[in-house]
Amino acid sequence: MPASASLALPGAAPLRATDSPGYWGTVWAQLRRDPVAMAAAALLLLLVLAALLAPWLAPADPYKASMIKRLLPMGSPGHWLGTDELGRDMLTRLMFGGRLSLLMGVVPVAAAFVIGTSIGLFAGYVGGRVNMLIMRTLDIFYAFPSVLLAVAIAGALGPGLSNSLLALTLVFVPQVVRVAESVTTQVRSLDYVEAARMSGAGAFAIIRVHVLGNVLGPIFVYASGLLSVSMILASGLSFLGLGVKPPEPEWGLMLNTLRSAIYLNPWIAALPGAMIFITSVAFNVLADGVRSAMELRT
Amino acid sequence: MFFYILKRLLYAVPIALGVTLVSFMLVHLAPGDALNAIAPADAPADVIEALKSAYGLDRPLPVQYGLWLLRAVQGDLGTSIASGRAVAGEVLSAVGNTLMLAGMASLVGVLVGCVLGALAGYRSGSAVDRIATVLSVVGVSIPHYWLGLVLTIVFSITLGWLPAMGAGSDGSAAWLWDWQHLQYLVLPAATMSVIPMGIITRTVRALVSEMLNKEFVVALRARGLGEAAVFRHIAKNVAPTVMAVAGLQVGYLMGGSILVETVFSWPGTGFLLNTAIFQRDMPLLQGTILVLCMFFVALNLVVDILQPLIDPRMVRA
Repeated sequence: MPASASLALPGAAPLRATDSPGYWGTVWAQLRRDPVAMAAAALLLLLVLAALLAPWLAPADPYKASMIKRLLPMGSPGHWLGTDELGRDMLTRLMFGGRLSLLMGVVPVAAAFVIGTSIGLFAGYVGGRVNMLIMRTLDIFYAFPSVLLAVAIAGALGPGLSNSLLALTLVFVPQVVRVAESVTTQVRSLDYVEAARMSGAGAFAIIRVHVLGNVLGPIFVYASGLLSVSMILASGLSFLGLGVKPPEPEWGLMLNTLRSAIYLNPWIAALPGAMIFITSVAFNVLADGVRSAMELRT
Repeated sequence: MFFYILKRLLYAVPIALGVTLVSFMLVHLAPGDALNAIAPADAPADVIEALKSAYGLDRPLPVQYGLWLLRAVQGDLGTSIASGRAVAGEVLSAVGNTLMLAGMASLVGVLVGCVLGALAGYRSGSAVDRIATVLSVVGVSIPHYWLGLVLTIVFSITLGWLPAMGAGSDGSAAWLWDWQHLQYLVLPAATMSVIPMGIITRTVRALVSEMLNKEFVVALRARGLGEAAVFRHIAKNVAPTVMAVAGLQVGYLMGGSILVETVFSWPGTGFLLNTAIFQRDMPLLQGTILVLCMFFVALNLVVDILQPLIDPRMVRA
C-alpha cells in the first residue's frame, strides 16, 4: 500500500490541513453567533454606505444655503430632518458629514497601528537597553492626558484636517507601542522562537514568521477599541475649531456651528452629536464582540 | 516601603523633565513665528529684532529651554503675549476652577460607579447588571461635549431649572459653596462624571464577580462570616485597582476638561487653552499644558504611593 493512501473512506474528499477554518475563521464563526456584535457591524456598514454613497443618495446639495429656509424643524416637507443655521438640508449634511467623521476615526488608528506595531515589535524583539530607552521615552507621552495632548499638538500646529489627523496619530502611537512591546516580549522568550533562532533563522524571518502572527491579534483588539476614542476626539477637535474648516460637512464641526441655534431649534442642534454617539457605540460594541470572540477561540 | 517610595519619587523626576521638554518644544512645532501674534506682518526688521531679544527668542533653543525651565521652577511661567499678565497667575486661578469641576465630576462618577459595579458584580445577569453594562458602554462611547449640549437643552432651555453657562454672575471671583453658585456646577459636573462612571462601573463589576469566585470567599463563608464581613474582604482586594483607575480618571478629566468647559463657558484651564491657541499666545499655551501635566504626574505618583498602603503585597511585586 503506497504511503500516500488516504485514510478516509473511498470516495470521500481527503482531509487536508487547509480545510480547518484557521484562527481568523474561528474568530469569525464565533463572532457571527453574537447577535449584539452583528447588529453593531450591520449598523456600521449602513453608516459607511450612507457616507460613501452620499453624492448619489442625498436629497440635496450639502453646500447649498438658503436664507428663507434656515432652521426648519424636523419633518418639514422636503427636509425631513430639518435644515441647519444656513438653511442647508440636515439629512444631506449628516450623510456627507459621515465621510470626514468616519475617516477621522479610522485613519489615525490605522496609522498608529502600523507605526506603533513596528516600534513595539522592534523594542520588544531587541530588548535590553534599546528597549529601555524607547519605552522610558514613551512614558513621557503617557504623562499627557490624551485629550490635552491632542488639543496641544493640534493647537500648536494650527487648525486643519491633516493637522488633527497627525495630532491624533501621535496620541495613539505610544499606547499601541506599549501593547505591542509587551506581547512581543512575552512571545520572544517562548521555546519555539528560541528553536527558530538556533536553527539559524535571521531576526527578520523570525519576526515575520513566528512573532508577527502571534502578536497581531492582541494589538488589533486594542486598536479596535481606540476607534471610538478617535472618532470622539477628532470630532471634539472640530468642535473646538481645531479640525475641519467650514463649510465642510463634519459631525463635530456641525455640532459647533449649530450651537448658536440651541435656543431656536434645540433638537436639530443635537443631531450631529447623536450620529457621533451612535457610531461610537457601534464601534465599541463590535470591538467588545471581537475581543470576546478571540478569547473563546480555544 | 521607604525604598519603594524613594524609587517612585526618583522615577518621576525624568518623566517630569521630559514633560517640561515636550511642553516647551510644542511651541516650536508651530508654523511661523511666536511673534506673529503681536508684531504686524509689515513690521520693520529692527522692531522684530528688538521684540525677539525682549522675549529672548534670539538665543539658541537649548539656552531658551534652560532659562524657561529655571524660571518655571521658581514659579515664573513668563508673560502672556495676548493679555500682558503673568502666565502663572492666570493658570493658577483657572486650575482652581478646573479642579473644582473635575473633582466634583470624579466624586460623583466614582461613587455611582462603585455602587453600581458592586451591585452588578453581586447580581450577575440581573436587571441591575444589564443596566450597569449598558451604562458602561454608553459612558465610554458618548461624546461628552454632546451630552453637555443635550443636558443644556433639557434642563436649561426646556425646563429652565439650571443655568446653561458660566460660573455665576460675578464670574468665579467670589465663589461660595451655596446653591447660588453650586447650580452652575451641576450640569458641567454631571456631564463630565459620565466618563469615570462608565469605566469604574466596568472595573468594579469585573473585579467583584472575579473575587466572588475565589476560594477565600468560599472559605470565609464556610467559617460562618456574614455577608457584610465577606464584602469587607472583597472591598479590600478591589480597592487598590479601583483607586489606580480613579486616580488616572481624575487626571484625564483635568486635562480633558477643555471640551466640557467650552460647552458651558466654564472659566477653567480649557478656556485658557482656547484663548492661547486662537490668539497664538505661546507662553500661555506652554504654561497651561505644563501645569496640567505636572498635576497628572503628581497624581500618578500619589496613587503609586497610596496603593501599597492598602495592599502591602504591591511593594514586593
